Amino acid sequence: MVSSAFPSAAAEHGEHPPYLLHHFQSVEQQADAANFAMWLFLLSEVMFFSGLFAAFLIYRNWYIPAFVAGAKQLNVGLGALNSGLLILSSFSLGMGVWSAETRRKSCLVLCLILTFVLGLGFLGIKSIEYAEKIEKHHFPGLHYSLSSFIDPSSDQAVSAAGERPLPLDMARHTELYFSLYFAMTGMHALHMIVGMGILAYMILRAWGGAYTSGHVTFVKNFALYWNLVDIVWIYLFALLYLVSRH
Amino acid sequence: MNHISPVIGQFLDKWMTNFRLFPPEASKIAPQMDALFFFIVVVSLFGFAMVLVLLVAFSILYNKKRHPVALQIEGSALLEITWTLIPLGLFLVIFAWGAILYFRIFTPPANAMNIYVVGKQWMWKTEHPGGQHEINALHVPAGRAIQLTLISQDVFHSFSIPAFRIKREAIPGRYTTVWFEATKPGTYHLFCTQYCGSNHSRMSGEVVVQTQEDYRKWLSRSTSGASLAQNGERLFASLSCNACHNARPDARGPSLANVYGSRLTLSSGERIVADDAYLRQSILNPSQHVTQGYAPIMPTYQGRIDEEGVIALIEFIKQLDSDYRIQQTLNSTDLVPSESSQTAAVKGREIKQSNSRGGIQP
Amino acid sequence: MSTSTLVPPSEPIAPKIPEDNYLSRGYGLRSWLLTRDHKRIGILYLISLSVFFLIGGTLAGMIRLELLTPQSDLMSTDTYNKVFTMHGVIMIFLFLVPSVPATLGNFFIPMMIGARDLALPRINLLSWYLYIVGGVLVIYTMVAGGVDTGWTFTTPLSTHYVNTNVLSTCLAIFITGFSSIFTGLNVLVTVHKMRAPGMTWFRLPLFVWSLYAASIQMVLATPVVAIAIVLLALERTIGIGVFDPTKGGDPLLFQHLFWFYSHPAVYIMILPGMGVISEVISTFSRKRVFGYKAVAFSSVAIAVFGFFVWAHHMMIMGISNYAVLVFSLLTMLVAVPSAIKIFNWTFTLHKGAITFEAPMLYAFGFIGLFTIGGMSGVFLGSAGTDVHLTETFFIVAHFHFVMVGGMLMAFLAGIHFWWPKMTGRMYPERIAQVASIVTFIGFNLTFFPQFILGILGMPRRYASYPPEFQILNVFSTAGATVLGAGYLLSALYLLWSLKYGQVAADNPWQATGLEWQCQSPPLTGNFTEMPIMDHEAYDYAWLEGQNRNRRKVGHR
Repeated sequence: MVSSAFPSAAAEHGEHPPYLLHHFQSVEQQADAANFAMWLFLLSEVMFFSGLFAAFLIYRNWYIPAFVAGAKQLNVGLGALNSGLLILSSFSLGMGVWSAETRRKSCLVLCLILTFVLGLGFLGIKSIEYAEKIEKHHFPGLHYSLSSFIDPSSDQAVSAAGERPLPLDMARHTELYFSLYFAMTGMHALHMIVGMGILAYMILRAWGGAYTSGHVTFVKNFALYWNLVDIVWIYLFALLYLVSRH
Repeated sequence: MNHISPVIGQFLDKWMTNFRLFPPEASKIAPQMDALFFFIVVVSLFGFAMVLVLLVAFSILYNKKRHPVALQIEGSALLEITWTLIPLGLFLVIFAWGAILYFRIFTPPANAMNIYVVGKQWMWKTEHPGGQHEINALHVPAGRAIQLTLISQDVFHSFSIPAFRIKREAIPGRYTTVWFEATKPGTYHLFCTQYCGSNHSRMSGEVVVQTQEDYRKWLSRSTSGASLAQNGERLFASLSCNACHNARPDARGPSLANVYGSRLTLSSGERIVADDAYLRQSILNPSQHVTQGYAPIMPTYQGRIDEEGVIALIEFIKQLDSDYRIQQTLNSTDLVPSESSQTAAVKGREIKQSNSRGGIQP
Repeated sequence: MSTSTLVPPSEPIAPKIPEDNYLSRGYGLRSWLLTRDHKRIGILYLISLSVFFLIGGTLAGMIRLELLTPQSDLMSTDTYNKVFTMHGVIMIFLFLVPSVPATLGNFFIPMMIGARDLALPRINLLSWYLYIVGGVLVIYTMVAGGVDTGWTFTTPLSTHYVNTNVLSTCLAIFITGFSSIFTGLNVLVTVHKMRAPGMTWFRLPLFVWSLYAASIQMVLATPVVAIAIVLLALERTIGIGVFDPTKGGDPLLFQHLFWFYSHPAVYIMILPGMGVISEVISTFSRKRVFGYKAVAFSSVAIAVFGFFVWAHHMMIMGISNYAVLVFSLLTMLVAVPSAIKIFNWTFTLHKGAITFEAPMLYAFGFIGLFTIGGMSGVFLGSAGTDVHLTETFFIVAHFHFVMVGGMLMAFLAGIHFWWPKMTGRMYPERIAQVASIVTFIGFNLTFFPQFILGILGMPRRYASYPPEFQILNVFSTAGATVLGAGYLLSALYLLWSLKYGQVAADNPWQATGLEWQCQSPPLTGNFTEMPIMDHEAYDYAWLEGQNRNRRKVGHR
């Protein structure tokens, strides 16, 4: 069995970049492994959301009138604005990756800050939407109120749109719609908050030049994560806001 | 034996009288299930014996002391194919046989007598159509197909009669059914086999299979008054179902005579058979199960009626082959229609006239 | 193609343990708790797993003691319900799922493929910490009064009808699930990206193939139970209605989401054990595993098919008859690869040179007991017989045969097999052989009567039962005592051997894996020079050549 020495053996310590971990043979292998790991993690995240999507699809199929009525309670304008913000943030993060690869430090920091701000905007709008829902007693479980659905006169938005009231038993199922709405967007928001935390850490590190000296793996892999969060939102927007609008 | 050792004597005695390897076969399906069971036992024994014999033989023949030099063998495609296809073939036979058996267990014959079973923590309530109620017990006649319609009032339970080889989950919110035909009079175990909380182990009872004659006697002895259908009729009136379902020309709801088992077209265009599940759903979730041609104004009775009430109503509706009894409920009750039904009647008319005003208050 | 190999003289004993090894590189608590060495993390897992196995085993003892008498007299029924729930939760999530992957997998996969460590060592350590947090939460649950929903958490019982510590248990399982996902992730990345030059896929040891297959399931299936648990917790706390029939939800949805993970989970548990058996059978018959590719592909086939059979746990739940048909058919299909493996292992013995050290005895036990356990699965996969046998002690016997008779025996086989490599010490062979036989006998006496109890109709999770079932229960408890004694004996002599066992040579079993080319115990970086794989797996001719070279150079 022919062997060759490990390139990062103690004797040759000066010959490899400081960020190469000792169990890897080369920087390429390290970056490759990290990238593959992130894709696998994203796959597990997709499986995580899939349970919620399955529940949504099944219940929507059973209770279409309730789900339509529930969807019409959401503000498509705000939802579309949120989608725009997220798409823009993915773009700015992509520019950030490019900046890291071309070693433009201030550009990178700017892009990361822009991404952060856009994410903050998303979360801000989401909180406005949540607050409105809670105010109207559409939060499931606690004090959930059916009045918007069985008595349109009690709800400005519904009566203005000329909606017909739902029968009581169907109206009860709107709570299920909102449960899934809050669970899905809440889980998504949680992922965004974690992402923003990592983004904040990255901004500080980027300012110190950590990602613009050849080691861009962290930024690239984070961009993968952020893009997945973005894609999940697009699906949520389509299913929760748009599909029932006709 | 006892004079040698009373302890061992007692043990052996208990063993001899109580030891069985198999529950009694007391239903028509039991021998069929046992046949498949034994087939699988034989296949398993054969497979296991083969593996065992090979293991022992190889261990002896190729013990290092006896056979010190190992022969490196890559494999054998022929053997791989053989021991893939033979087990696959056997398993598919078992699958097909089991599938046929399963369909038989869960497809009742048309003339099956229906008994309702309501499971709740921690007892079984069985209800015969004639109104006989039992707790943790079930009397059935031998030689007659019996269908059990099960539902739970709270959590999942499972109704199991090992001697009949049947078992079915009782689920909250939905009917499930199973059928059997008992063959041998006797008393057999009834268990709840789905863990349901503290007293799950105590939710067991007896199934008593009687001859047809004894069953008739038992029925007449244990009737507690009204039959299920009669109770249903009472509920029909007290819940004011007859405010809309009254077979009058201007009735707001469809006539229920002969509706059970008939084909209906719903307002969505779907064609369904009006079975127990449909009737239950149309009482508890009416807006999705409206007959075509009628407005979706029926209020939901979810929360106002329990599962036994629903069962009674369904039994009543099943027996309606004319509007006679419904007319009787209208005539014989001198109750003023209840507040809620009056409100519903009034509001219903309002809804018909204008869409943006009124509505059923929760 | 076959060649015969001369079995080289083996010298299992060495004069002393090498001074520089992964255990001697740093002795303080910090060096262990902040380690990135996959071997140390494997040992950390081994210690914590053993603690939880002890707790879970004690709970099992309590179950068997209660079931000695027909009445619920040893403890209150509520306590009994808590005991079997905690037994299930601990044994499945805190013992069986991480057992081989996190101990033996962590320790040996890098060495087997010629790498210095797993791809993500810090994630590996995080995995262990998540496991510990989950374990602590489970202990907290027990101390706070336990949970009594059964490990399956059936709704609506667990959401609205119990007032025990469901939430803390849910959190514990959620966190432990992430530990599992990260371990699986690590294995997949390592096997894909860190194989030594020349280590092609079909030169990998079958242990690696099995762990690879199990890791696919860990990464893809575990998140689904995570979301099921989140929804369960939300339903329980704020009543969102997703599983509540009065609000339009369906309690069966929980079961679908739960079993979508929990069925692959059983393959996550057994596949690594099967990997161990491949290694042990090969080594102790001095032969290449019969049908290497068949065994490798069977592992992957089990992992893939295992995703499509979950509703065979729900056959009497009122799902459509046609759904039952589909799942029953797929269940029969997933049984075939396991059968293929059994036959391949059996035929590995043919024309071998077999010895019967403790790992081999455990492997034999595995083959016999897993065959029985697997065949009992056929009874359950066939829809007609499942109706009678489901939810009875037949199910309990089935899964204990495959999990304890199968997986636990495989785990013990692996521990004994790799003990010299991990610790540098040999365990006492005679006592180990005796313990394996005692365990085997105890196991059969414990669980075979439970098949009969199930056929007779005795339901599971019953604290009290009809008196005619007592005899079989007494047999079962008697067996449990013997089984417990067997395990205790193993634990004791393994611990004893750490100080007093004979010092082991690098390759006491003359096995062919790359890990046996390292010293016992290994260096922190495993290899001093990067190995280049120029021979097939299980190549005993190559091993012979290695030994000749070593004897020339004067190695031990």
